[in-house]
Amino acid sequence: MATSGTASLRGLPIPKPPVHQQLLNSVPVAVAIYAIVVGLIVYGSFAGAQNMGYNWQWYRVPQYLYSFTDDGFQWGEITIGLVATIRLSILSFALATFLGLVVALLRLSGLVVGSAVAVGFLELIRNIPLLVLLYLFYYVLGPIFGLDRYVASILTLAVFHSALISEIFRAGINAVAIGQWEAAKSIGMSTGQAYRYIILPQSVRFMLPPMTGEVVHLIKSSAIVSVIAVAELTTIGRNIISDTYMSFEIWFTVAAVYMVVTLILSIGVSFLERKYTVDQ
Amino acid sequence: MSSQPIIEARNVDKFYGNFHALKDVSISVHHGERVVVCGPSGSGKSTLIRCFNALENHSSGTLVVDGIEVFEGSKDVRKLRQEVGMVFQQFNLFPHLTVLENLMIGPMKVRKVSREQAEETARKYLDRVHIPEQAEKYPAQLSGGQQQRVAIARSLCMETRIMLFDEPTSALDPEMINEVLDVMVELAETGMTMVVVTHEMGFARKVADTMVFMEEGRIVEVAPPEQFFTAPSSERCRMFLAQILEH
Repeated sequence: MATSGTASLRGLPIPKPPVHQQLLNSVPVAVAIYAIVVGLIVYGSFAGAQNMGYNWQWYRVPQYLYSFTDDGFQWGEITIGLVATIRLSILSFALATFLGLVVALLRLSGLVVGSAVAVGFLELIRNIPLLVLLYLFYYVLGPIFGLDRYVASILTLAVFHSALISEIFRAGINAVAIGQWEAAKSIGMSTGQAYRYIILPQSVRFMLPPMTGEVVHLIKSSAIVSVIAVAELTTIGRNIISDTYMSFEIWFTVAAVYMVVTLILSIGVSFLERKYTVDQ
Repeated sequence: MSSQPIIEARNVDKFYGNFHALKDVSISVHHGERVVVCGPSGSGKSTLIRCFNALENHSSGTLVVDGIEVFEGSKDVRKLRQEVGMVFQQFNLFPHLTVLENLMIGPMKVRKVSREQAEETARKYLDRVHIPEQAEKYPAQLSGGQQQRVAIARSLCMETRIMLFDEPTSALDPEMINEVLDVMVELAETGMTMVVVTHEMGFARKVADTMVFMEEGRIVEVAPPEQFFTAPSSERCRMFLAQILEH
């Protein structure tokens, strides 16, 4: 009888893949290609700026992040703008989540009116550009309902993202097996109780990854409110540039700040995801 | 057995679109009666018992369960389901809750029982299904047989008067079937009213008061087990029995 085990492999060795494929798949080659591509882009933009005679003034940038003056440590304007962006995003996201859940539940309610209202809302919001929606809220609904620019911004972002979030909720809820509904109902739970205790807690793990994407998307699209001069990261970046003419440095910095925030968020959520899968 | 049936279906029909799933089904089940329903797949067995706790709504006819008339949109559906427990083929335990929480959530949220009392009841029934040591685990950490016994305990915790079993052992590995059937036999001995859809004819012989054979949405044969297994009146039933008793 044949025995299996690494010590006594009896079969023929498997043929190796072609050499060029092995090379492409190896880590050092991949890293080298990546470094070359990034290097070319950085060099290209730097050389282009040199040719324009751009006067780089990176040494002036840190003061907009933080500074030590006679009064002691102080946050710079960009940092303050970032805090404003985060605040705006949190408020909008909270409202968007609430609205999104309502729309999703309406859509799933099985009521003809409920799903008609939900679908109408979704199609309306999804087919209007975010910028136009912002103008509608600020220039049209603003005067009618007395919304200031900050409230108009929050409402715009919340309504726009609630349409996307409601689809995430819907997919997450539908991903929970039908048997869970039946089990909840067969012990006498109402639809509301089934949602609250059985269905929604289980849909969290389906919703976390797309929800993170949505938060990142919201933080980035919050930059658009700079067109109605709400004080946040992008607006402040623009103001600094109009004072200092350092457009390259400041836009690079602003872009990097957005990137750092959204990357931290993604990493944090991937930890959270791992926790939720362990609990299952 | 009292004279008043606890489940009574009269001329029940059920359609899924154009598909006629139940055809003029009439059946009555009395207090403490154990009914085993068998028949080929697609014969309407599951549909029938799912109508009993309104997971499906029948299309016409009368269905009265525990004194409550069942129909689509009835306000009493939740009251009905609190009296009628259901055990599913796929267990359908709540994967995000521990075993103990699975058993406690119904009594606590539906019956509004206190946490302490719910836990006491839960532990009592976990004892009854012989897995008190698994209380703190999550369903995914249990074997199929253990999960199904938790599911039975979950229904028992609601202190229901009727228990429906929808092919409770069909999704189990062979060596786990008996541990579930044993629990069901013990349950039958307590006098619980049970309607069981199953192909486990050994179990049926042991506990059934009444055997029901269904085919193509019709009840073809209703008989006490001695008669059912030895002298079924319909040819189709004889053939079915010959097939499943063969092995």
